[in-house]
Amino acid sequence: MSSGQVIKRAKYKTTVKDPGTPGVIKLTEEKFIFRPNDPTSHNKLEVDFRLIKSHKHTKEGSNKPPWLNLTHSQGSYIFELESFSDLHVCRDLVGVALSKHGEAAKVISDEQLSPAEMTLRIKLLQEDSKLQKLHKELVASGKLTESEFWATKKKLLDRDESRKLKQRIGYKNSLIFDTKPTSDGRINQVKFQLTPEIKYQIFALKPAVHQAFLKFVPSKMTEVDFWNKYFKAEYLHSTKNAVAAAAEAAEDEDLAVFLKDDEILEVEARKKVRRVDPTLDMEADEGDDYTHLPDHGLFRDGIKEASGAPNTLYQRTLLQDLNRQGAVVLEGKTLDMEMEPPRTVAEALARRKQGESDGAVEEERRNRISKMTQIEDLQAQNDHHFAPLCIKDPREYFDSQQANAVKTLNDSQGGSEKIRCSLSSEEAYGDLRASIANIKAIGLRDPLFSHEVAVKVLNGLTKNISSTKYHIGKNSQESVLDILPNTTKEKLLDHWVSSQELLRHFWSSYPITTQNLASKTKRLKDAMSQVYSKLEEIKVSAQSDLRHQISLVVHPMQQALDAAVLHYEADIKKRNAKGPKPNGYI
Amino acid sequence: MKFQIEDITVYFPYDNIYPEQYSYMLDLKRALDAKGHCLLEMPTGTGKTIALLSLITSYVLSKPNSPLKLLYCTRTVHEMEKTLAELKLLHEYQLQHLGPAARLMALGLSSRKNLCVNQRVLAGENRDSVDAGCRKLTASWVRAIAAENESVARCEFFEDYERAGSAAVLPPGVYTLQDLRAFGKEKGWCPYFLARHMVQFANVVVYSYQYLLDPKVAGIISKEMQKESVVVFDEAHNIDNVCIEALSVSVRRQTVEGARRNLNRMRQEIDKFKATDAGRLRAEYNRLVEGLALRGDLPATDAWLANPALPDDILKEAVPGNIRRAEHFIHVLRRLVQYFEGRLDTEEVVNEGLVGFVSSVLNHAGIDQKTLKFCYDRLHSLMMTLEITDTDEFLHIQTICDFATLVGTYARGFSIIIEPYDERMPHIPDPVLQLCCNDASLAIKPVFERFQSVVITSGTLSPIDLYPRLLNFNPVISRSFKMSLTRDCICPMVLTRGSDQLPISTKFDMRSDLGVVRNYGRLLLEMASVVPDGIVCFFVSYSYMDGIVNSWNENGILKDIMQHKLVFIETQDVVETTLALDNYRKACDCGRGAIFFSVAR
Repeated sequence: MSSGQVIKRAKYKTTVKDPGTPGVIKLTEEKFIFRPNDPTSHNKLEVDFRLIKSHKHTKEGSNKPPWLNLTHSQGSYIFELESFSDLHVCRDLVGVALSKHGEAAKVISDEQLSPAEMTLRIKLLQEDSKLQKLHKELVASGKLTESEFWATKKKLLDRDESRKLKQRIGYKNSLIFDTKPTSDGRINQVKFQLTPEIKYQIFALKPAVHQAFLKFVPSKMTEVDFWNKYFKAEYLHSTKNAVAAAAEAAEDEDLAVFLKDDEILEVEARKKVRRVDPTLDMEADEGDDYTHLPDHGLFRDGIKEASGAPNTLYQRTLLQDLNRQGAVVLEGKTLDMEMEPPRTVAEALARRKQGESDGAVEEERRNRISKMTQIEDLQAQNDHHFAPLCIKDPREYFDSQQANAVKTLNDSQGGSEKIRCSLSSEEAYGDLRASIANIKAIGLRDPLFSHEVAVKVLNGLTKNISSTKYHIGKNSQESVLDILPNTTKEKLLDHWVSSQELLRHFWSSYPITTQNLASKTKRLKDAMSQVYSKLEEIKVSAQSDLRHQISLVVHPMQQALDAAVLHYEADIKKRNAKGPKPNGYI
Repeated sequence: MKFQIEDITVYFPYDNIYPEQYSYMLDLKRALDAKGHCLLEMPTGTGKTIALLSLITSYVLSKPNSPLKLLYCTRTVHEMEKTLAELKLLHEYQLQHLGPAARLMALGLSSRKNLCVNQRVLAGENRDSVDAGCRKLTASWVRAIAAENESVARCEFFEDYERAGSAAVLPPGVYTLQDLRAFGKEKGWCPYFLARHMVQFANVVVYSYQYLLDPKVAGIISKEMQKESVVVFDEAHNIDNVCIEALSVSVRRQTVEGARRNLNRMRQEIDKFKATDAGRLRAEYNRLVEGLALRGDLPATDAWLANPALPDDILKEAVPGNIRRAEHFIHVLRRLVQYFEGRLDTEEVVNEGLVGFVSSVLNHAGIDQKTLKFCYDRLHSLMMTLEITDTDEFLHIQTICDFATLVGTYARGFSIIIEPYDERMPHIPDPVLQLCCNDASLAIKPVFERFQSVVITSGTLSPIDLYPRLLNFNPVISRSFKMSLTRDCICPMVLTRGSDQLPISTKFDMRSDLGVVRNYGRLLLEMASVVPDGIVCFFVSYSYMDGIVNSWNENGILKDIMQHKLVFIETQDVVETTLALDNYRKACDCGRGAIFFSVAR
């Protein structure tokens, strides 16, 4: 379609199950517009293709109606068209539009997102509704660009990254020894379903099988033969007939590999036991046990184990298997890789085994033991450098904000006096001398402060607090916010979050070194003044009895915004001023 | 915290103390003052060990004129490590408060297997092969040859230790086995012999019960401990078993056959020596005429397990003439082995007294009681003379001689039991000739007599009156302490019905019922799905555990359980169990969660 515009009848569905709103869809290369037939319907759409990530459609001949599915960041738009030919026309145009916008998008955003990163961001947004709200408010309205928004959320992204690294899918904790065969029941044959996953697990569980695989496949036998043999051995083992197993093994030396108790395992176990926590090393007890020299000590039934019988080699017990299984699962997979082909799986596993070392294990274990021997009950409370978190009484928290109140008080009163910062050392020295001489001459005032000043300070500090206390009463669960109507509270909190976000972006863009930053600060300033005026609105619209409380809450927010705006304006003035520009200024 | 108990200032490494710990210390202190033995019972988890350690070390600190040595006996090596770790904590605390005056030397002592750092020797699978591996490198005659011949292997750790001579000492401090190994590796000294040497100077020695109770070991390790020692038996609730086991020996078909092989080998060695170095055999003969001069002056590396009988019971007299010559002795042993074989050939269970048995030996094999008594020492002497280092090959003949010496030494407190087959498998002949010690007081008697104070303590000694009678001693203090609980810590619950309201029990006629098995499985599954981290599940016996786990596996319950938690199982293989336990702990620590199946014994 070269015309670049398609108009079709279609039904818009919010979900697959939705019966759909009939209407007309108009597609251009820039955007698509959906107008429902029923003008009162709310399902009007006008969406830029910029926001569309991909499109899907149902296949002709399938039993589904012709659907066109346009996915955006938070869901998808589904349109049911009247016929498949319509669908094809639309699809072609969407394809063109998307590819065009895809390129355009690349140009706009300086960083290209991998799909993984995109999904991660989407996931984060989905998990955190607050973040989503913020995202919607700031990014969708164009106050911040996507990349700017995420730039300050690096931590979130990183954390997810590291979590992803640490937590890998481990082995399934199911007995793969019992890989159940399927049989068609007609012929005397069973089939095993072997996934690479299972093979990998078999290798990890049974080093002997693993070694045999490396040795035999493909030089001596094919992979299928190998697994046939393996399962034959497993079958023999499952019959619990050690004698038969021994007989078979004697005939077929390859089979014997699978039936024998793993010598490798034994060696490994001996190595591991040396690294075991000495406080539970039962094996070490044998070393000290002189009563149980062979034939020493009391003889009891049950001590007699069937030692020395040649067939024990072929009796691997379920219990041993279970222990091995647990150990392997606990050890976990340490490599992420494609599971195909098994040859590479086997080799990778072998490489991994070599890389193991026990460097810091010893040290860590020693620390652990000394920690474990301590009796915690008997220890006094540790004096931590931080106050313990106590969330019993939120009001206390707010009261403790007095310190902040003091600060604002100082700001409001001390603001009038201009502070000179450029004081040369001689001047400072002179001042100091003068004041010392002054004190020497008349001595310190007695009292140090006049009563009036003290009373003024006290009043300034306690006025707000006491009134707050009076309003809230004795209920410790309430804070100032709780006495506000719910909608106001919500609004306030929203504004708080977004203004914080904006401020963060604002301050982080100074000093302005590029044109980009300049335009960003401008945008941010505008957004902030919006928030400011909205706050003002809330303040004004509040009921008279709450107005004071609200203004208390709103005040610091407005102050912060004020400061930013002031800074912005000062900066602009400075920049527009004539004269040599400092390094880096544009 | 620091507090007074009567005239003692006690340094206790915690800021608080349980009331029962305080009264425990008080009673212990009084027992030490009275220089008598005591029995103290205090529940598990109340900090017995630290109370005991801090009282005794503080007692010593406040009475510097009468140095007391603490011999702390644990049942197992891992308890030994735990005790030493606690002592380390205490020691750090005391150093902090008293400075260098609080310095002490404490170490754990164990067998070569647990202390050796020589990789070649450690390759041995069990204790005996490690011991033998060590002797092959360190026996005095091997070293004598090696001094002349470079190609003969020696143990570099032992050589370095010897070369360091009297400079080879441990600086004061607390040493776990692991620390000893690390120290030995760092200095290049053999930790085993270093520890054996340092035991004399140590203020605290932590070792296994058997180093005091089993005459075979005690004869070598503990014979030089001074009387002014406090001996503590921790977790002593089955100390009587240890005593009995220390003096019991049994002989089976394999023993008899092995002993025969040993005798043949010795015979060959004797012939070889006769041809090459007859003087050596003659020298041995002369020494034996003088009496058993063996003890005491042997180099430490040559020392073998000592005589199984108690030191006081050994007569200081010459070895009887009929076994002084090596080939005569071999002949006597052959007859003895022959006699045992004959006795093993029985159809019914025989229970016999010692006196009857000895006279029967005399009648049928022509060996009198006195000869029997000297068998062990004579064997030991002969093996030295023949310069046999692979002692692990000679365990069978050693067993026979242990048996003979015990039979020859004691007249009471033992019985001989011969069983033709294992009760569970009556159709398979597997005869056993056992020498059972029936009197626990025999083995522990020298300990009570030799040491000033013996403390027997455990979480469960009740009925506490039983122990003085079992072990035949008079405690000056015998007390039980109750645990003080500030809150309920444990919730025991007895279940008699499963979720389908059918009764469940492990009593014998019910336990194999499929419904019961399934109900137990479902119970465990339900627990596993809601309990975080670890669950320990006990079974009544290994065979029951094996059976029930297999049937859970067959009906899929195990699979469901494994979806919630990892499963680790105690087996009769110690290595496997140790690893399983270690993994279980790891799984609980890391949050994966696990179930440990264990057998309650």
